[in-house]
This record gives sequence, structure tokens and C-alpha cells, in this order.
Amino acid sequence: MSDLPKSDELFAGLDHKPQKKDWMDTPVNIRKGMYCYSANPASMETLGAPFARKWNPLEEDWKLPENWQEIIHNGFRERLDRFRTFKVFMDICVRCGACADKCHFFIGTGDPKNMPVLRAELLRSVYRNDFTTFGKLLGRVAGARPMTLDVLKEWWYYMFQCSECRRCSVFCPYGIDTAEITIMGRELLNLLGLNIDWIATPVSNCYKTGNHLGIQPHAFKDMLDFFVEDIEDITGVNTEPQYNKKGADILFITPSGDVFADPGTYTCMGYLILFKYLKDKYGLDVTWSTYASEGGNFGFFTSHETMKRLNAKMYAEAKRLGVKWILGGECGHMWRVISQYMNTLNGPADFLEEPVSPITGTKFENAKSTKMVHISEFTADLIRHGKLELDPARNDNLKVTFHDSCNPARGMGMFDEPRYVIQNTCNHFYEMPANTIRENTFCCGSGSGLNAGEDMELRMCGGLPRANAVKHVRDKFGVNMLACVCAIDRAAFPDLMNYWVPGVDVTGVTELVGNALILPGEKERDTDLRGEALPGMEEDDAE
Amino acid sequence: MNVKYMFSFMAVILLFLLAYAGVEAAGLQVVFGIIIPYTALAVFIMGFICRIMCWASSPVPFRIPTTCGQQKSLPWIKQSKLDCPDTNGGVVLRMILEVVFFRSLFRNLKLRVKEGGKFYYGLEIFLWVGALAFHYAFFTVALRHLRFFTEPVPFFIKILEQLDGFFQFGLPIVYLSGIVLLAAALYLCLRRMLSPQVNYISLAADYFPLFLIIGIALTGILMRYFAKTDVVAVKELTMGLATFHPTIPQGIGGLFYVHLFFVSVLLMYFPFSKLMHMGGVFLSPTRNMPCNTRAERHVNPWNYPVEVHSYEEYEDHFRELMIEAGLPVEKKE
Repeated sequence: MSDLPKSDELFAGLDHKPQKKDWMDTPVNIRKGMYCYSANPASMETLGAPFARKWNPLEEDWKLPENWQEIIHNGFRERLDRFRTFKVFMDICVRCGACADKCHFFIGTGDPKNMPVLRAELLRSVYRNDFTTFGKLLGRVAGARPMTLDVLKEWWYYMFQCSECRRCSVFCPYGIDTAEITIMGRELLNLLGLNIDWIATPVSNCYKTGNHLGIQPHAFKDMLDFFVEDIEDITGVNTEPQYNKKGADILFITPSGDVFADPGTYTCMGYLILFKYLKDKYGLDVTWSTYASEGGNFGFFTSHETMKRLNAKMYAEAKRLGVKWILGGECGHMWRVISQYMNTLNGPADFLEEPVSPITGTKFENAKSTKMVHISEFTADLIRHGKLELDPARNDNLKVTFHDSCNPARGMGMFDEPRYVIQNTCNHFYEMPANTIRENTFCCGSGSGLNAGEDMELRMCGGLPRANAVKHVRDKFGVNMLACVCAIDRAAFPDLMNYWVPGVDVTGVTELVGNALILPGEKERDTDLRGEALPGMEEDDAE
Repeated sequence: MNVKYMFSFMAVILLFLLAYAGVEAAGLQVVFGIIIPYTALAVFIMGFICRIMCWASSPVPFRIPTTCGQQKSLPWIKQSKLDCPDTNGGVVLRMILEVVFFRSLFRNLKLRVKEGGKFYYGLEIFLWVGALAFHYAFFTVALRHLRFFTEPVPFFIKILEQLDGFFQFGLPIVYLSGIVLLAAALYLCLRRMLSPQVNYISLAADYFPLFLIIGIALTGILMRYFAKTDVVAVKELTMGLATFHPTIPQGIGGLFYVHLFFVSVLLMYFPFSKLMHMGGVFLSPTRNMPCNTRAERHVNPWNYPVEVHSYEEYEDHFRELMIEAGLPVEKKE
């Protein structure tokens, strides 16, 4: 990480003009800081992934199986037959270039192979060679090239420089979705055991212990207990949650990152406060689960099958506990999976009820089949019905802007719910420029399993467009807090802000709720959940 | 010199010479005026259908529309019905906007790096304007050409011709569509050559259809305004094709056969190329599906059971620790 260039140097070195030489003649240069370490074989073996072995991306020999080309070819064919998206997207791109400068990785690195169109061409060129008439007849002239070791390495390097954020697909006149291409590309690479460790190990952990971080059940409880103590210190109220409780009304699932590391932990404290409030006021019966203690799903970054194997826990646990429906915490790709895959993969969830808020009576019609509601939808509805007693002034030290996380934005369409919650819990809210939010939002640069430490330069490059927009509101309005509804954002943004926009902190939306919500019987708070003095309390603090 | 466009350029020149010499020197009117056009049409129709069938034969296992606006959620939150439609009607509207007005392309933004290290994403409508002009001009030109394949000429084609020649300048009256088609194709071509990023991603297969269409437009314009082709004879030929009584009338120059050959090549090339985006745009699952994924279950025809780590296995593994921590368990022992 010490190799990371200074931010102004990195910025000055940016050049978006591609070199003269044809891209097919430009071999991949796997550069330190821009890639993640290869998967630990032990983690691969947990789920029986093929060709688990030790290999090093920087070495010439990747220890591939002898018939690797055949495996790729057959895997390619199988996916063309299974996914209309893949087949259509391989054929219809006209290379108009509308997507070129939409990718945060291209904007941040200037590497032309990070233009979405070219990322897809890496696969298309092989597709043409293997599966199309013109490609077979004309070869290179038709944009075809055979699958070689260099091509494979290029695939690996660039499939793991895409965070599947789908921003390019918004601008594509045919809706070509590079996330879909990357998903297929990574599935193919996984057929050869070419995963990265930052994905493979969380997947293995999640499978065995229920969450990515490998937090065992008793430790999970310990960690929440710790937050309960902290909250009691601040508010004087005991917010102890329920675990694995049969017959609870609602099962709550959130990414384990919220339990594990700052500033996600404060969001987690927000959940505890909210549930305590609702329990005391309205008798809401929520349970956490240690078995389904992961909302995120790094299986999604491995293969559809792995996604399904990890996701199965949510419904299975809801069924075992006999809850009515599931409430989901703040997470990005978790919500892409829930919103667009879960019901198809592991449904129908006919053992659950159509979600209704027991407090307001609101039917969540939009979730009536999946039976899983987002915490921001749930909270926005409570606020709208005046069910929460809030003191937004407790967030007055904060000038907040909101980052739309890619997946809830472009894979779910959730824009106004979290904004409504923020605007009711904070008095100072400022939007970033219109072309960088909502469906045009920029990725944090670390999504889809790329938030490791060894690829810090890649992450700082990929997060540049987002950071640049935050810088704009910091300079213009004095924004000092970046809110988001994604655990990877909360893990990735602090580094990104320190690098590009020092002075801006990161928060989950529910942390803001936790600060503003007035618990029944609470003592006068003098700090927020982070232990920082509340507005007007600073002097007391100094004494 | 860029190999990719030189290759495509030479290919189009070669096609020109082939047709011109074939007719003028070798007298192959029957080949270029009857056999190739029929073949081309057959290849186009069959190829187009096959390609669509091929796409349609792959299932859509997941419903993954790109949500480009506010979802339908709580009743008091305004849904973006066009960009995040949850009904089939909404999807139809979204698709109409996409297919007819190229809505996604209209969103296009261009990155500019401003002084002080600030990124700015400005509206960039030239590609959208160019694409719209190109497609609509081509469509109009194609419709106008129905005049050659119908007798009597239907009224709507006459109206279209009048609109197309609205400005009434030149003799014969200049049709705007032909000029716009040529201009737009030239613009798209120059953009491909001169914009460094677009140039970098372009393949020979991107230049070839552009050169071919420029060739079609040029030969058409030449015939209409400069070379003065015998329109009556041409219509005799085209009507012969349309009524399946093909004839080769006297007095049609090589230029016409080049024009017809270019069109034939375009038709034959179509199903095997990126030009199939014409059909594909309707089949793109990120646009043509309703954004109601949580409200309606989508079924994956090949969904198969997978091995999962069950709660029982989990509890077996952690039982003692769970009991010690006071967590509820299914089996106490």
C-alpha cells in the first residue's frame, strides 16, 4: 500500500486518450496495486470449486488444467444457451461508444480496456472466433481472436476491474449490461479456479459460519452486546436484541460488515435503537439470526450457483423461525440479489406472509412476492405516518450528502426512500451534481468483491468520480458526511475520502435515525453514537 | 493509415467494380439484376428469422431490468413510470421511447476534466442527433423506394415524397432524406475515425456497413440528380422482381446495378452482423421486462437444486458455543 501514489500525482497522470496500437496487440500488464490476490485453495474447497490450487497472477504459469481452452469453450456455449442476455449482448453491440466514458474505472484509470464496450469485446472477440460464421471465416478482420493464455489473463485482470455497477447499461441504446458480461466472465474464470481471495474466502466463511467475516454465533452475539453497552452508555436504555427467536414477527438480516467494522457498526447501533423503540412503543417483535447473519452475497461475484447456495439461508431461516416476513438492512449487492434473483433462485416463499407493517398497517405491495422489505422503505413509512419521535437537531453537526449505491439504484430503483429518511433526521442535506446521483450514480470503486487492501490503487482510481462529486459539495456547502445504504460503501469510502476528499466522514442512513430517534425513557444524550459531542454539548464536554 | 477502415473501404470499392464491370463488361445483368437480389432477399429474411429464433431459444432465467428511475414502492412516493415501469403497459412505453426516440442514447453525457481537477459531465447530443437522423433518413428512403415495387403507387408514399421534397428546390426536386442519410452516415463515419476512443474500439465490421450505406446513398443521388437514369426502365425491372416475373429491360446503366448490388450485399450481410441490433433491441432483458421483481415471481426454467449448508449442520457445528452464549438451539444435546 506504500506504493500508492499521492492523489494529486495520480490525478495528474490521468489520460483518457487511448494509445495508437490496436488493443488486440496490446498484451495485458498485470500491475501491482490493481489486482487482488488469488483465491486461497482451502476456501475454494469449502464449496467444492474446481481446480483449487495455489497460483500467482504475476507468474507466467497459472497452473491451468491441460484442457482449459476446452473448458472455457464449453462453458461459454453452455452460458449462451442458458442466458438470452449473454447471447444477445454478444451479438448486438454496434460500438457506438456511448458507454466509453461512463465507467468509473475508465474515468479513474484511463485504461481503454476499462471502457465497458472493450471489456465486453474481450469476451466477444473469443465468441466470434468460436461461435460465429464471419469470425471463423475472417478471423481478425471480423474482430475475432483465438483463446490464448494472454487472452485469459486479460479476461481475469479486467473482469476483476469491473464492479458490476451497471452505470454503462443506463446509457446503452440496447441496454447491454456489462455487469452481466462480467458475471459470465467471472463464472468462466471460476471454471478454471481463477477466483480472487477477497471473494472466495468470504464465500467460504459465509457458507460455513453464516457470514462473510466468519463470525461464529457466540461472537456475533458478543459483538452486538458490545454495541448494546455503548448505546446504554449514551442513552441509558438497554437495547438488547433477540436472536434466533422462533415465532418472531420479523426476521432482520443485514450484512455482517455492519457488525464488524466502523463506521458500519454505528449503523448497526441505529438498527438496535430503532427496533428497541418500536418494541417499546408498538410491541414490534424482531429477531436477528446467527445462521443467516449475512445479508451480502459474495457468491453473486462468483457464479449464479454460488449465489443461490449462499442466498438459500435467508428463506430457510425465515421458514425455520416461522416469521411473517423478512426485513433487510442497508447493503448494495445484497439488495440486487434480493430484488432481482432471490425469489427466482430460492422461492416461492409461500410460507411467509405478504409484508405488512404491523405499526402503520402499510402493505408493502412492491415486495409481496419476495416478502422482504428494505429498512429504508420500512423507516420511511414509519416517519410518514408520524410513528417516530425524532430530533433532527441532534444531527446538526452534520452536513450530509447521499450516495446512491449502485445496486439499490440500478437494480432496484430505490432513490427517494433513503432521501426521505435523511431529510427527516437531518437538517442539512445537500445533493451532489445531478449527473452523479440517482440512476447516474458512480460506484464507490470497491464493489463486487474488490474492496481488498492489495488493490488499493485500483480502488482509489475507481472511486475517483464519486470522490470528485463529493469534493464538489464539500467545497460548495461544507458537506462533512457522506451517507449511503451499503456496507461495502461504508467499508470502502473512509479510505477513498481520506485519499481524495479529506474531512468527509461516512455514515449509514440508519445511524442518522439512531441519533435522531428519542427512545422512551432515555436520558439526555450528550454525544452521538460515535461518542462525539452533540451540538450545544461541546462546552460541557470541555469541562 | 488505419487497416480496419482501409480494409472495409477496399471491400466496398471491390464490390463496386465487381458490379460495374460485371454488367458493363461481362453483360451479367441477369446475375446482378435478378439472381443476386432474389438471393439477397431470401438470405435476409431467413437469416433474420433464424437469428431471432436463435436468441429466443435461450431462456431469460432472471428478471434483471436496469432500473433507471424511482421504483414503485410506498403509495406516496412518485414512481418513475417510464424508467422503472412495473406493468407491461409501462414496459411497452419504455420500449417505444427506446426504439423510436433512442431514449438511452439521449441520456449521453460527456466527461470533461475542468480546471482545478473537477469532473464535469455535460450533455452530449451529437451522437443521438446523428443516430436519429441516420435511422429516420434511411427509413424514409426505404419507404420511398416502395414506389418502385408497387403499381399504382400507394397514396402514403406519394404523401411521403411530397413531404420529403417539401423545400422544392433543384430539379428534379431534391429529397431531403437522401441528403440527410448521406450526411449522417458521413458524420458517423468521421466520428468513428476521428474520435480517439471510438476509433480505438472500432472494428472493420463497424466501417464496412457505413461505407456500404454511403455507397448506396451516393449511387442513388448520382442516378437521380446527375447521371439521369431511365426511371421507366428501372421500374420495369423492379416491378418484374416484385411480381416474380423478372425481366432485364434495355438501357439501364451500370450505376444502377451497382446500387442494386450494394443493397443486396447489405441485405445479405445484415443477419450476420451487428446490424441485427434492429431485432436485438426488442429482446434486451434489461429493457423489455417490468421492474416488479419483488412483487411477481419470475421463474427460471433451468433452476436446479443446489447443495446448501443447512441450519442443522450449522447447529451441529456450533451447538456448545451457542448454548454457552445463551442462544436458542433446536437440540439441547
